[in-house]
Amino acid sequence: MSLDQVNAGAPALEEARRQLEICNACRYCEGYCAVFPAMTRQKAFADGDLTQLANLCHNCRGCYYACQYTEPHEFALNLPAALADVRVESWERYAWPTGLAPMFQRNGLAIAMAVIAGFALLFAAVAALPGGGEGFYAYLSHGAMVAIFLPAFVFPMVAIGIALRRYWADVGGKALRASDVTGALHDAGRMKNLDGGQGQGCNFEDGDRFSNARRIAHQLILYGFLLCFASTSVATLMHYLMGWEAPYGFWTPPKMLGVPGGILLVAGVLWMASLKVKADHDLGAKNVAGGEIWFYIVLLVVAASGLLLYALGGTGAVAVMLPLHLGSVLTFFLLMPYSKMVHGFFRLAALMRDRQDKG
Amino acid sequence: MSDLAGVDWDLVVVGGGNAALCAAIEAAETGARVVLLEGAPEFYRGGNSRHTRNFRCMHRGPLSVLTDAYGEDEYYDDLIRVTKGQTDEGLARLAITTSEDCLPWMENHGVRFQPSLSGTLSLSRTNAFFLGGGKALVNAYYNTAEDLGVAIAYEAQVKHVVVTGGRFEAVEVEIGGERLTIRGRAVVLASGGFQSDLDWLARAWGPAARNFLIRGTPYNRGVVLKDMLDQGAESVGDPTQCHAVAIDGRAPQYDGGIVTRLDCVPFSVVVNRDGERFYDEGEDVWPKRYAIWGRLVAAQPDQVGYSLIDAKSRDLFMPSVFPPIEAGSIGELAEKMGLPREKVEATVAAFNAACRPGTFHPTELDGLATEGLEPAKTNWARPLDTPPYYGYSLRPGVTFTYLGLKVDDTARVTGPEGRYENVWAAGEIMAGSILGQGYLAGFGMTIGTVFGRIAGREAAAHVA
Repeated sequence: MSLDQVNAGAPALEEARRQLEICNACRYCEGYCAVFPAMTRQKAFADGDLTQLANLCHNCRGCYYACQYTEPHEFALNLPAALADVRVESWERYAWPTGLAPMFQRNGLAIAMAVIAGFALLFAAVAALPGGGEGFYAYLSHGAMVAIFLPAFVFPMVAIGIALRRYWADVGGKALRASDVTGALHDAGRMKNLDGGQGQGCNFEDGDRFSNARRIAHQLILYGFLLCFASTSVATLMHYLMGWEAPYGFWTPPKMLGVPGGILLVAGVLWMASLKVKADHDLGAKNVAGGEIWFYIVLLVVAASGLLLYALGGTGAVAVMLPLHLGSVLTFFLLMPYSKMVHGFFRLAALMRDRQDKG
Repeated sequence: MSDLAGVDWDLVVVGGGNAALCAAIEAAETGARVVLLEGAPEFYRGGNSRHTRNFRCMHRGPLSVLTDAYGEDEYYDDLIRVTKGQTDEGLARLAITTSEDCLPWMENHGVRFQPSLSGTLSLSRTNAFFLGGGKALVNAYYNTAEDLGVAIAYEAQVKHVVVTGGRFEAVEVEIGGERLTIRGRAVVLASGGFQSDLDWLARAWGPAARNFLIRGTPYNRGVVLKDMLDQGAESVGDPTQCHAVAIDGRAPQYDGGIVTRLDCVPFSVVVNRDGERFYDEGEDVWPKRYAIWGRLVAAQPDQVGYSLIDAKSRDLFMPSVFPPIEAGSIGELAEKMGLPREKVEATVAAFNAACRPGTFHPTELDGLATEGLEPAKTNWARPLDTPPYYGYSLRPGVTFTYLGLKVDDTARVTGPEGRYENVWAAGEIMAGSILGQGYLAGFGMTIGTVFGRIAGREAAAHVA
């Protein structure tokens, strides 16, 4: 049974279909983003088409403020919200194992905090065991860290891979060409679909006025995260290939990548959260405010504890900071397939799928 | 709101659409103290401008999103063709030649343009499309006006323009149930036509007008226009006529806008309430014919028409906002649409029998015509023979009215004793001077922008 059939008649899909059929008879918003040119390639919208358009939508909201048919008009269009609902539902539907994602979207903050606390206690307990090593490894042996974090990294990649395969089948994706991938990475790297079509940005924190604040804040988070990830990867390579073990000084690749990455991540998350507070909640997905907040808090704890760990290195605070940092990183990875973090993977897939139709 | 009454404004702008905003911005940029009185609530601000999509613009070479060139004479010839010569050549050429300077001005005041929309490539040379459409333009202008310090009042219904001895003194306005007198040293009237007042429309056009749908704002009720005419202001334009196109009969009474248009007529058989054809559906390509179909349908019983197609033609035109009525046979379709079954079957059978073999070409005049049928269908005549069959109802959708105030080339309004000292007009309220008949896509926004800017500048110079 295809997932489409399971979901047939879902209210979010029905509402998105109703709205897009009105949009398709207007088309004034064609220049804002990739959604509208993709929409005009169709006359009728199957569930898979709607899912693809929903994941292509970056919620820039340009179409909402430009729309002559939003409420109180009887057509009651609110395309950013309609597509956000379809998008979030699609992530929940495709998530593996099925059924975990909705639980996190509704109760995410409590679960994430409990998981971080649990892991932190566990690490603290393990660290209390007698060990031999330098720096962090004085607390937790390198072998133990690898034994814990390798599966914790592999599991979410497998889970997300399964979810993306389900998505790709539903949206009619074809075999990937190199240009699909490079094109999608190019769009994501510049957040093309939040630039309003002409670089003026999106309508987010200030009503119908355009701004690039959200676009920049998002890229601080994205590039901050990638720098942190690169830092860990480089350190792993240094450890295994060069036998160069932690702790690393400031003028070493792991720190040169990780410190700026952590700072960008903290700044980006705080800025994005402040923008979210100002934005109109009626233009986003229903029922997920909690699901987004816990993701931001986990990211913030990961980045801030990592920075503090470095800043406080050599002091007794490490005994507190290290379990907190390791616990939050582990939580971040294990819960990734059920958190807002999956949006990046689905967006990339949607951008690649869109490239295939553009030819 | 009563604090508006305590100020002696340099300029009072009546209306809140494109023309009003252009006037307010121009005047405010000279340092004038400007108040703009928009009759609609904030959400519905912008009059018919919020439904527009482009600006027809003269240009001697590629300009912004516009390709190639569109010269003054070609533009003027296009205008003469649609108005059948009913225009004021001086004002028309002023609008045309000034449009070229307007486009960069619009961009400098927040308006963004996008390449011609899919399905409208034929306009890519003549019409610059607004990114996001007319409401995005309206939003940009309101932001610009606010940043310039223009005071903006919504739901501000101007009831009376106080003019004494050829000189404007004040407007009487109702804001949130409160009646105020707002005084100013000059006024720009930019409050549109009267097409939303169905009583007025019925008096002017005939009782059938009560069955017309209004494509745009419900707030263009002509109150200010009537008030000025009652005071002896000179009028232009045929007071009985409105511009109407054929739109989806299921459209809302007001404000349906662009999505209610139907492009299926050239590929269909169109019958009236009695199941009879009444006009050549294939006379010309749809962009050149959709306007006359408003009038044609208005002349039919109950002011309604029914466009019938078969599966062959389903994908030949832009999607409609409401799905068509669908049926497995012509008879069933007629019944579902409330039409006399036998009569429609006979009409379609006669039409099918009159079709001749030939090459069908949906995007050009293909000469595929009926033979021995009255009225003939002279292009795209293919039998309705492939189920499922689809039907759409058609009604006249009124875009604007032609009656307006007479202005000179400085947008100043003429009263009973010559030009008023300090009264200007811009937009639909004076467009009848230039558009005496017919319509040219994107020209309403040209008139509004050109004369709005002129009115704002002239009024500001007057009070400086």
